[in-house]
Amino acid sequence: MAIYGTGLLAGCLLAGLFIGELLGRLVGIEANIGGVGIAMILLIVSAERMRKAGLLPELTQSGIIFWSAVYIPVIVAMAASQNVWTALSGGPAAIAAGAVAALVCFALVPLVDKIGRDKNGDAPTP
Amino acid sequence: MTNGIFALIESILVKYSLVTAFAVVALVVWFSYWASARFTKGHLHGSAIAIFIALLAAGFCGMLTKGKQGVADIAWLSGVGLLGGAMLRDFAIVATAFGVKLEQFTRTGFSGVLSLFLGLFVSFFLGAAAAWAFGYRDAVSLTTIGGGAGTFIIGPVTGTALGASSEVIALSVAAGLVKAILVMCLTPFVAPLIGLDNPRSALIFGGLMGTTSGVAAGLAATDEKLVPYGAMTATFYTGLGCLIGPSVVFVIIRALVG
Repeated sequence: MAIYGTGLLAGCLLAGLFIGELLGRLVGIEANIGGVGIAMILLIVSAERMRKAGLLPELTQSGIIFWSAVYIPVIVAMAASQNVWTALSGGPAAIAAGAVAALVCFALVPLVDKIGRDKNGDAPTP
Repeated sequence: MTNGIFALIESILVKYSLVTAFAVVALVVWFSYWASARFTKGHLHGSAIAIFIALLAAGFCGMLTKGKQGVADIAWLSGVGLLGGAMLRDFAIVATAFGVKLEQFTRTGFSGVLSLFLGLFVSFFLGAAAAWAFGYRDAVSLTTIGGGAGTFIIGPVTGTALGASSEVIALSVAAGLVKAILVMCLTPFVAPLIGLDNPRSALIFGGLMGTTSGVAAGLAATDEKLVPYGAMTATFYTGLGCLIGPSVVFVIIRALVG
C-alpha cells in the first residue's frame, strides 16, 4: 500500500530531525544540525535494503514518489509565503549584506569545485 | 445576492484552505509551464517562472497586509502557508532523495565540508563588512548582521545569544531574506556560468549558499534532479552557523574591530 512508502518517508524525516536536534544539543545550541540531510541518508539506505529484501513493491514506492513529484508545487507555495516585503523594506544595509553574500558565494562555486576535485582526483559526475 | 454568493465561496475556500492551496498552486504552475513553452521555448524553466510569480505575489500581499507570510496572510490563501511551510517542504525535500545513490554524496565529501565552512565564513564577514559600511561599529551588531547574511535563522539566533538590539536582529532577518530571495531568482540564470549542472557542483552550491529555501527553490528552477544534492549540504549550514556565530566568528570580529 502507498501509505507504507509515505510512512517510511515520515519515519526517516522524524528520525533525522531527532538526530539533528541531538547533534545540536551535543554542541550546546538550540538548533537542528543537518536533520533533513540525515533523513535523506536514512531514506536512501533503508529503501535500498528494503528493495533488496523484496519489501519495496511499486505500490509502496508510489507513496514516496508522490511527495517527490509534488516538490515543485510545494516550493512554489513556499516562495509565495516568503516575507518578501520585509526583505525589500529592510533598508540598504540589509539588502547590501544579503546581496553581497549571495553574489560572492555564487562565484565561489566553480572555485571549490576545482579545489576538491584536484585533491580527490575524481572526474565530475555526469 | 451576489455578495452572498461571494461570501459563501470565500467561506468554503477558507474552511478548506489546504485544498484551495492545491488548486491555486496548480493554476500558477500550469500557467508558468505554458508561458515557459509559449514565450521562452522552454529556455526559462516553468518552475522558475512559477517561483518568480509566487515571490511577486508574496511581496505584493506583504505590502497590503503588513504580515510576515506573504500570500498566506490572506485568509483564503492561508493553506499556501501550510503547503509551503517547513513541515511539507522538508518532507518533499527528503522524498527527492529517493532513488539517489549514496556514493553521489560521499564522493563529494571533502568539497562539501569545505563549501560549508567557506560559505559560512564568507557570508559572516561580507555581511559584517556591509554593516560596517553602513555605520555599524560594535562587534555584536556586526556579527549578528553577518549571521543574517548566512541565513535568516543564523542572524537572530546569533543576535539573541550575543544580546544584540532588536533593530539589529530585524535587520539580520531582512538580510537573510534578501539572500534567500536572490538565490531563488538568480540561480537559473547563474547556473550555466558557474558549472552548476551536476550532483557534485550542486552539493558545493548547497554548502556555499546555505539558505535551505533559496537552494531548494533555486535548484528547482534550474534542474529538479539536482535538488537532493544541494539540499543535503544546505541542511547542515544553519546549524553550523548558529554554532560558530556567537563563538568563533564573534571572537574574530571583536578582535578585528577592537
